[in-house]
Amino acid sequence: MAIISRGFGGRRRESVPGLPPGQYLTHDFPVLSAGPTPRIPLDRWRFTIQTETGESTSWNWDEFTALPAEDYTVDIHCVTKWSKLGTTWRGVSLDTLMENVESAADYTMVHSFGGYTTNVPMEDLLDGKAWIAYKFDGEDLAPEHGGPARLVVPHLYFWKSAKWVNGIQLMNEDEPGFWEAAGYHMYGDPWLEQRYQGD
Amino acid sequence: MSDPDDRAPVEATTLDGNAMAGDLRELFAVDVTAARYKCAGCGHADAVATLMLWGAPTGRVARCPHCSDVVLRVVRAPDRVFLDLHGCVRLEVPLADS
Ligand SMILES: [Zn+2]
Repeated sequence: MAIISRGFGGRRRESVPGLPPGQYLTHDFPVLSAGPTPRIPLDRWRFTIQTETGESTSWNWDEFTALPAEDYTVDIHCVTKWSKLGTTWRGVSLDTLMENVESAADYTMVHSFGGYTTNVPMEDLLDGKAWIAYKFDGEDLAPEHGGPARLVVPHLYFWKSAKWVNGIQLMNEDEPGFWEAAGYHMYGDPWLEQRYQGD
Repeated sequence: MSDPDDRAPVEATTLDGNAMAGDLRELFAVDVTAARYKCAGCGHADAVATLMLWGAPTGRVARCPHCSDVVLRVVRAPDRVFLDLHGCVRLEVPLADS
């Protein structure tokens, strides 16, 4: 019995530069959903960073969207084998968000409305490698794609780019998030095909 | 003299997980969708077949219809299947010939 459906009609094109091993190109934006899509009114939206000592820094929607934002173009790679090249986003860099946060933690757990979690090492969120995005392709980020805001950490498989993000917890020890606890790789580097535990 | 509950578990410590193979083979040979789960989130119990299933391409996620917490997750790798039971405090599996 096929438990998961494969493929989104993408075609294998070995010659495309920028495509990690085992990936197919897609021009759609497939939706990956493990539960109901949360609908978060902007007046109830909050994003909180909590350090390993329990200190919290948080922003409401107006404060968050008043922060310096960046427009950026990146390739994204889903563990279910689709890749989409040259996607354009607008969001706040994690470097900006972490600017006034005191922490020596090496690991983070990213939390979302609806209960989703995923673990990402601290260094993979810094130095221009990750954003909390609120626009995709020039438009407000749609709820099915993670709006009002999602993490985008394009150098890791896309399940790490948590939709409906509402906070990041900084941790001294690594812990598995939602898919990592169910068999997916703790790190998820698409160039090393780190899909499942033990890969 | 020791009371009946004070027996040292000598026998048990000489066994490893292989000793459960027979039990597990019997368990997973049955139709698990006919089993009853008990949700770790709210304690709701019902047939596995009544769980709300989300078919994310990464894996199947079965949520409790009562509290929407995740009860079971099945992730299929090319060479392995992961069954995650974090959200399930108990599975009650009916046996075919009983
Ligand atoms: Zn429940």
